[in-house]
Amino acid sequence: MPAGLQAKRVNELDCECLSYRFEVDGSNFTTAGEASVQVKRILRRIGFPPETIKRASIAMYEGEINMVIHAGGGIAELFIYEDKIVVVLTDHGPGIADVALAMKEGYSTAPDNIRALGFGAGMGLPNMKRYTDIMDIQTALGKGTVITMTVNV
Amino acid sequence: MKISEIASILNGTILCCEEISGEEVFSACGSDMMSDVLAYVKNQAVLLTGLVNPQVIRTAEMMDMKCVVFVRNKAPSDEILAIARQSGIAVIKTAYRMYEACGMLYAGGLTGKAGE
Ligand SMILES: Nc1ncnc2c1ncn2[C@@H]1O[C@H](COP(=O)(O)OP(=O)(O)OP(=O)(O)O)[C@@H](O)[C@H]1O
Ligand SMILES: [Mg+2]
Repeated sequence: MPAGLQAKRVNELDCECLSYRFEVDGSNFTTAGEASVQVKRILRRIGFPPETIKRASIAMYEGEINMVIHAGGGIAELFIYEDKIVVVLTDHGPGIADVALAMKEGYSTAPDNIRALGFGAGMGLPNMKRYTDIMDIQTALGKGTVITMTVNV
Repeated sequence: MKISEIASILNGTILCCEEISGEEVFSACGSDMMSDVLAYVKNQAVLLTGLVNPQVIRTAEMMDMKCVVFVRNKAPSDEILAIARQSGIAVIKTAYRMYEACGMLYAGGLTGKAGE
């Protein structure tokens, strides 16, 4: 895991909030997106406004699919506060060489077999940024990526 | 347009969540790229697609859609239908191709614009 990330996550865990943890299987595309579906149900049960739920769940879904297709899976964590929803996606994949480039609409390294599954247009990261209030990407080549997204309620 | 009318215009079969077929939907979109649906679609309740995998249903759920139409006679697996049932998303299968299916629904009054 890239340096400095551990501390951030521990802080989140110390907080007064509801937290959930999901393992995202990187070997099986069939289950990709399952964690986000569960998170959407949790957020609905709590009763957040539908638009807030939609923003948080779309952003997480894009990130979860990315973990499966680009990073061999990982861990998704959800932290629910009174005034914000925080999603932390941690993987030990290849990392992102040029984050500014990866954030560009249309930039994708996804191979054709991923496009045949309906993904790989290079829209995920920009979409995650658009739907969240804060998005932080920590990444190190050969080590992995941690993406923290906050949606204010 | 009611979900049941979508099925009848497209000469299709409702494969799950028939109980919501009386619900009204006001707009639709057609795409085989879930990336594009997630990035460009707004407030549309129906997704027409030629792609068949569980992510179609999950994408529709993320987008708060009510109905997925599989075109070109593509048959979703029991697993996909189980996911749709859990999500409360109606699934319709039709023999028409994407272009024809979209055209028929548009001509029937279901446009691409939400709430208009
Ligand atoms: N978790 C990750 N680990 C390694 N690389 C990643 C990760 N997430 C994204 N990337 C890189 O950033 C690129 C852009 O990601 P983005 O989500 O915007 O597009 P995509 O996943 O290729 O296509 P789409 O999201 O439209 O289906 C990816 O093609 C990949 O090279
Ligand atoms: Mg992506």
